[in-house]
Amino acid sequence: MAPADGRPMDVTNYILRRVLTSAVLMIIISMVTFGVFFMVPKLAGTNPAELYVGKQATPADVAATARKLGLDQPVTVQYARFAKGLVAGRDFDDGPNKTHCDAPCFGYSFRNDRPVWPLLLDRLPVTISLAIGAAIIWLIGGVLAGVISALRRGGALDRTVMVLALAGVSLPIYFTGLLAQLVFVHTLHWLPGGEYVNFADDPAGWAGKLFLGWVTLALLYAATYARLTRAQMLETVGEDYIRTARAKGLRERTVIAKHAMRSVLTPIVTIFGLDIGSLLGGAILTESVFGLPGIGRLSIDAVNTKDLPVVLGVTLFGALFIVLANFIVDLLYAVIDPRVRLG
Amino acid sequence: MKGTDMSSTNPLTTTEPVPGPRRGPDPAAFLDVRDLRIHFPTDDGLVKAVDGISFTLERGRTLGIVGESGSGKSVTSLGILGLHRREHARVSGEVWLDGEELISASPERVRQLRGQRMAMIFQDPLTAMHPYFTVGAQIVEAYRVHHRVSKAVARKRAVDLLGRVGIPQPAKRVDDYPHQFSGGMRQRAMIAMALVNNPDLLIADEPTTALDVTVQAQILDLIRDLQEEFGSAVLMITHDLGVVAELADDILVMYGGRCVEEGSAQTLFRRPEHPYTWGLLGSMPRVDRETRDRLIPIKGTPPSLINLPSGCAFHPRCPYQGRDGIPCRTEVPSLAQGSDHGVACHIAPAERRRIFAEDIAPAL
Repeated sequence: MAPADGRPMDVTNYILRRVLTSAVLMIIISMVTFGVFFMVPKLAGTNPAELYVGKQATPADVAATARKLGLDQPVTVQYARFAKGLVAGRDFDDGPNKTHCDAPCFGYSFRNDRPVWPLLLDRLPVTISLAIGAAIIWLIGGVLAGVISALRRGGALDRTVMVLALAGVSLPIYFTGLLAQLVFVHTLHWLPGGEYVNFADDPAGWAGKLFLGWVTLALLYAATYARLTRAQMLETVGEDYIRTARAKGLRERTVIAKHAMRSVLTPIVTIFGLDIGSLLGGAILTESVFGLPGIGRLSIDAVNTKDLPVVLGVTLFGALFIVLANFIVDLLYAVIDPRVRLG
Repeated sequence: MKGTDMSSTNPLTTTEPVPGPRRGPDPAAFLDVRDLRIHFPTDDGLVKAVDGISFTLERGRTLGIVGESGSGKSVTSLGILGLHRREHARVSGEVWLDGEELISASPERVRQLRGQRMAMIFQDPLTAMHPYFTVGAQIVEAYRVHHRVSKAVARKRAVDLLGRVGIPQPAKRVDDYPHQFSGGMRQRAMIAMALVNNPDLLIADEPTTALDVTVQAQILDLIRDLQEEFGSAVLMITHDLGVVAELADDILVMYGGRCVEEGSAQTLFRRPEHPYTWGLLGSMPRVDRETRDRLIPIKGTPPSLINLPSGCAFHPRCPYQGRDGIPCRTEVPSLAQGSDHGVACHIAPAERRRIFAEDIAPAL
């Protein structure tokens, strides 16, 4: 039994412990990721320094660059430098030019001639716009569809929703996305094509450009949410406490909207947090299909140009969001479910 | 006619059994259930969970409905409250509550009565209370759905009732969640929730099954005290004869969705006449006597409610079936065949009394 007066202290403890766990997790992820990116060129038989010098460079040039950038050092030393850069910033000196990279330094992209961190920050608003817009649509659409489906179980509406949901999870984004673009942008001209514009510059253009991305991405997630909500609702309405709610004489609407939804939303919140977290790390397919210059697009471009520091930065950035989302979900869970022990 | 006999004696309104037919409109009875049938169509067939149950219950009195799992006792209680969904269950018969018929009433009307004039205490208070709402919030909600009062007034009422049912420091515990209560406390809170609107009819469905023995006695005492105080009619659903022995004025024994024996508690414990009731008594542990060291189980398993045995549903398990050419396998016995209380058995009353006196009673 947890006495009510012990709660504030428990909460602080709980949060502190969660923060600590998340930090440790993040450090481990960065080590593993860094290790992988250290190993990959070796396994591929290339010297990472080759990627920094021009195509016509002599082996001596490559070796010199490797030495200057510290790429010839053991992985532990390289990681220590990287970690130090994250906290305190670091200098890159590849011979001809010297550059400083401010903390948090995720590395330096010689392809773009910029540190990775501002590259990420530049792209983040696009990814956030895409993720949040889609999330609002799929959360409302998916949950509503799932609830209605469950309450009309076995009826025509339920079947229709479930078939649509199956289609939603089955159809890949590069199919639905391209089809939608063909129809609504190029054929019907209902939506503008062209470049992405900032919300601040042109809100209507911003929404117009993002709209299909939102809908396409939302369709995919809404399908999952509808199925989850439906299953959860069907399970919940069979619970004893729902019968109790009815036995109290509550209206059916209250029984469903208050008592049942409270339980249905708990797992939804959990996966919603994680989905948002992973989407903020970049929606690669959607951003590519709709030409949205977000983090997903950045990562694809970086992979194509073998821009290793950017690939590493994007990966860690994505991991950061997932860990952060996990942390927030954990906190939320303690608020939502009073049975979660703050231990 | 299948099921129980409508024109049978109904001794439940008085302590002393009244012989002879007496039935029909009975405006005096507070709760009057007539030929209640609750059937569930399923893919495997029609489940006749309750198949013609009739009884009456007055304010201030307690009726115990006894039977094993699947005998239809819980289905009956949910049927009275109108908690079977119309798309799943076929409900027929009549349920009169204080002169108002509920089966034919609109769902909205039954909802208004539910929780207010008739309330229910459920078996397992851990699963029967919402885990995400505080105990107080759940009681407040039960009160406010039937009373136009402020949250503060309802909260005060909740605290009062928690105190009444014996929760220590109710003003503080009102903000606890169900999982912060012990099992016995949860059941007390459940009772407080059921009583918050001063219901005239309180249905308790296995209220002590999920509790340990010492707490069971406390809860039963509490229900009895509160019944005296509030003057409600109590319908006690249980498989535990010990519970009805403690609380009930009258007893109705159910088997396979039908009533097999009914009468005052005294009569049923002293002069039971149905072989199934004998079986129940024989399988009940007693601490007040030491005449036997082994319990006598009833052979066999409860019947399938889809394919109820022909004739008397109990006949496959009855050691006396078919004696002297009685039609146990073919004819459904009607309730009360010349006995002083309701018994649905083909064995002649005199013979039943003889078997009980000579074979059954000494072994109990």
